[in-house]
Amino acid sequence: MTEKTIFELSRPGRIGIRYPEPDVPLADLPEKFLRKDLPLVEMSENEVVRHFTKISQLNHAVDTGFYPLGSCTMKYNPKINEETARLPGFSQIHPLQPVETVQGALGLMYETQQWLAEISGFDAVTLQPAAGAQGELTGVFIIRAYHNSRGDSKRIKMLVPDSAHGTNPASSAMSGMTIIEIPSDKNGNIDTERVKAECDDTLAGLMITNPNTLGLFDENIVEACQLVHNSGGLVYGDGANMNALLGIYRPAEVGIDVMHFNLHKTFSTPHGGGGPGSGPVGVTKELAEFLPDPVVAMISEGDEETPAFYDLVTPEKTIGRVKSFHGHFGVVVKAFTYLISLGKNGLLDASTSAVLNANYIQALIKDVYHIPYERLCMHEFVTEAQWDDAPGIRALDISKRLIDFGFHPPTNYFPLIVHEALMIEPTETEAKETLDAFADALLQIADEAKNDPEILHNAPTNAPFGRLDEVKAAKELILKTQLPENYGKELS
Amino acid sequence: MYTSHTKADKEEMLKVIGLEKVEDLFQCLPEQGKFPALNLPDGITEMEALDELQYISSFNETTQELVSFLGAGAYNHFIPAAVDSILRRSEFYTAYTPYQPEISQGTLQAIFEYQSLIAALTGMDVANASHYDGATAVAEAVNMAYHNFRGRKKKIVLSPAVNPQYRGTIHTYMDGMNLEIVGEDLGPGSNPDDLIELIDENTALVLVQYPDFLGRIFDLSALAAAAHEHKALFSVHINPISMGLLKPPSAYGADIVTGEGQPLGIPLSFGGPYLGLFATKDKYVRKMAGRVAGETVDTQGQRGYVLTLSTREQHIRREQATSNICTNQGLIALASTVYLSLLGKNGLQELAKLNYHKAHYAAEKISTVPGFAVNPVQPFFNEFVVQCPVPAGEVNEYLLEHEILGGYDLSQIYPGMTHELLVAVTEMNPRSEIDYLVAVLEEEYHD
Repeated sequence: MTEKTIFELSRPGRIGIRYPEPDVPLADLPEKFLRKDLPLVEMSENEVVRHFTKISQLNHAVDTGFYPLGSCTMKYNPKINEETARLPGFSQIHPLQPVETVQGALGLMYETQQWLAEISGFDAVTLQPAAGAQGELTGVFIIRAYHNSRGDSKRIKMLVPDSAHGTNPASSAMSGMTIIEIPSDKNGNIDTERVKAECDDTLAGLMITNPNTLGLFDENIVEACQLVHNSGGLVYGDGANMNALLGIYRPAEVGIDVMHFNLHKTFSTPHGGGGPGSGPVGVTKELAEFLPDPVVAMISEGDEETPAFYDLVTPEKTIGRVKSFHGHFGVVVKAFTYLISLGKNGLLDASTSAVLNANYIQALIKDVYHIPYERLCMHEFVTEAQWDDAPGIRALDISKRLIDFGFHPPTNYFPLIVHEALMIEPTETEAKETLDAFADALLQIADEAKNDPEILHNAPTNAPFGRLDEVKAAKELILKTQLPENYGKELS
Repeated sequence: MYTSHTKADKEEMLKVIGLEKVEDLFQCLPEQGKFPALNLPDGITEMEALDELQYISSFNETTQELVSFLGAGAYNHFIPAAVDSILRRSEFYTAYTPYQPEISQGTLQAIFEYQSLIAALTGMDVANASHYDGATAVAEAVNMAYHNFRGRKKKIVLSPAVNPQYRGTIHTYMDGMNLEIVGEDLGPGSNPDDLIELIDENTALVLVQYPDFLGRIFDLSALAAAAHEHKALFSVHINPISMGLLKPPSAYGADIVTGEGQPLGIPLSFGGPYLGLFATKDKYVRKMAGRVAGETVDTQGQRGYVLTLSTREQHIRREQATSNICTNQGLIALASTVYLSLLGKNGLQELAKLNYHKAHYAAEKISTVPGFAVNPVQPFFNEFVVQCPVPAGEVNEYLLEHEILGGYDLSQIYPGMTHELLVAVTEMNPRSEIDYLVAVLEEEYHD
């Protein structure tokens, strides 16, 4: 099924697009700065389109099949969102236009900030961060700026549970924090005794995910937040798992001070093969003045005759900017379309159904697949994919075998605290028949693992590619097409 | 509806779980605060949502309706229809990170081809799968240089003619690292060679933009040599369209090349999502943050691709990772890959020249308006500084009355540049628009 690369398809003299002849006199080119070679491709439009269409068909995607990738919330991406983000009034505006000429865009951003604040219970929201990881970084910068503004610069210790996403410790480290790992207790909750032991005047804060990465609502979260607050620290919430909580619980209520949202998870914007995401951050009132520069503010409320007026403003003690311009506006338009489409009731139904679906699969397979922390889960759950009577079978084998059934495998080997973890997140947009078929496949695979393990070791056999040699890739490190010596040398 | 369950489905599922009603699923949540009454409207239909979004968008004046000469980091270019046609393939846009390479070869091959194109465009050995945008790519360059010297070199020499938003992002990112960032107070009128005397043994990185924020093109050889003499890394931020015409930064000895990829087929979209280009030399590949796809084979010997070098990344290294980055700009990188495939070697050259000629025509015509001047000495690409007879903000206000987005008022960034306007011209500005701009200026600012 290997497809040639664009460089292999290229033929000298082929043209993909032409531009009009210059309609102005030609200026002298700056000779000493001119390029001598440009080793790009030469292809016709048809060749380009056919190539990318062909390789697209090698992908599994939400639109082609079930994608229960835990922690990633691979829900359906509504098509209307793709249309609204492409309206010329949104896609063809320059980020530096005078604010009078972009009142629609600023109003939409303001409204999105308001929706996210209402859903989460926070007082202020920035839409600037480009992705969840950048939202985390922004949040940690805000926590640091808060302590520094109070002359409390010795607070450099950040507590991170052992079940956390890897971005949590990495984001903290990028802002110069010292990371202290906090273990989970026997019920999968954060160990509050260990939190207590770290509560001193060097504590900057705690980064916590709730529901946690085991898919469980952390039963100790209120107590953990209180401990941190009592010793002068702040609590960062990783909002990756917000899809469990829409209309069900507001994160600010349990004591979280700052949290990022993933618009590409919870609010249905497409994952795009790895981006663009969008990671807005919500904060409590006392942290609003530290938000990145700029945020959208309503300067005057509208009435029947004049519309409201919006502007970009700089928060008083801002941490500065974390990227150029105002965030991933195109992604925000998609999320806003989703928010107003679902409304209050639709959001509640989405989270309720997401939790129902996860518990349903858990119930269907739990007699065969060990659930290390067995209780009602939220929007996802984690199983330990190993059996004493199936030696040599790993979570990876089960994952690859699922591909043969037409399913995308769950997240595997995460969280790190569960051996041979399979993390299953069905999302709310899957029908019962899909969940049934997936559970049946898992049960059949468990049976094969014990009776015919070779099928698993050899899987997938029903995919465009067999297992790929990752060791070879890392060792040989071919990171671009190898071009012949004189490729692209002569320029016209 | 995006959910499928009927009432009967739900009842059956609850029975399997052993619960009576859906509310029971949430029995372990604290009672206080559960099921809050959100102050939000109910949902609306697709027809109504489209209507609402169209209405909101009508409050924006687009670059299609206005005559735009606004650049300053985001550029209005033509996007061939085939680009969006590929982006709308939901096999691409509804997939995620290619964690399972057997069923993700589309995304992986696209990343591999993107890396190949960006390496070729910049003249560098290797490119990553992209960063969020130009600003974060530049911040990651600083971060990489800092880690390359294990934090022992504490100084960054930063050109004042780097996009101010990128400089702001660097300051935010590096705030906790106790770095000394020098060079910005030289002011926008300085040349790259003025940075040379700031470089010393403690310098980790010298960072410039090419063409710079004011559109100027400088020979960077002396600066690069000075950086290397002091064992500092040399990083150059580019406008990718200019690479169709100009010597790539590799010709000056750049160790890192970053770029804002937006001009490569990405709509303006009010500032994002855009694309952070990042390329470097082979010897720094393990210091580079971000995803990378590499070539390998599968069990049948078929050529294929996987994400590789992941041992540098946060999901393995956690707090020891050099960056927290865990995505690339997948779909946006794909857009630039399709765009560059369509333009190819010939199209990119043609486009770069078209931009160059139009910008020079505009500069020449504007300088004929009484009181207006363009510095004729320094070569430029498609953007240039116009000296106005009155504050630039006033010129812009006047032009907007005539449906023209005049340019970027530089006093917002450089307090001394009260009368300077940064004007960008692309293939989207036919001669008639340039002549219209000049006529409107002449009408107001005649002798």
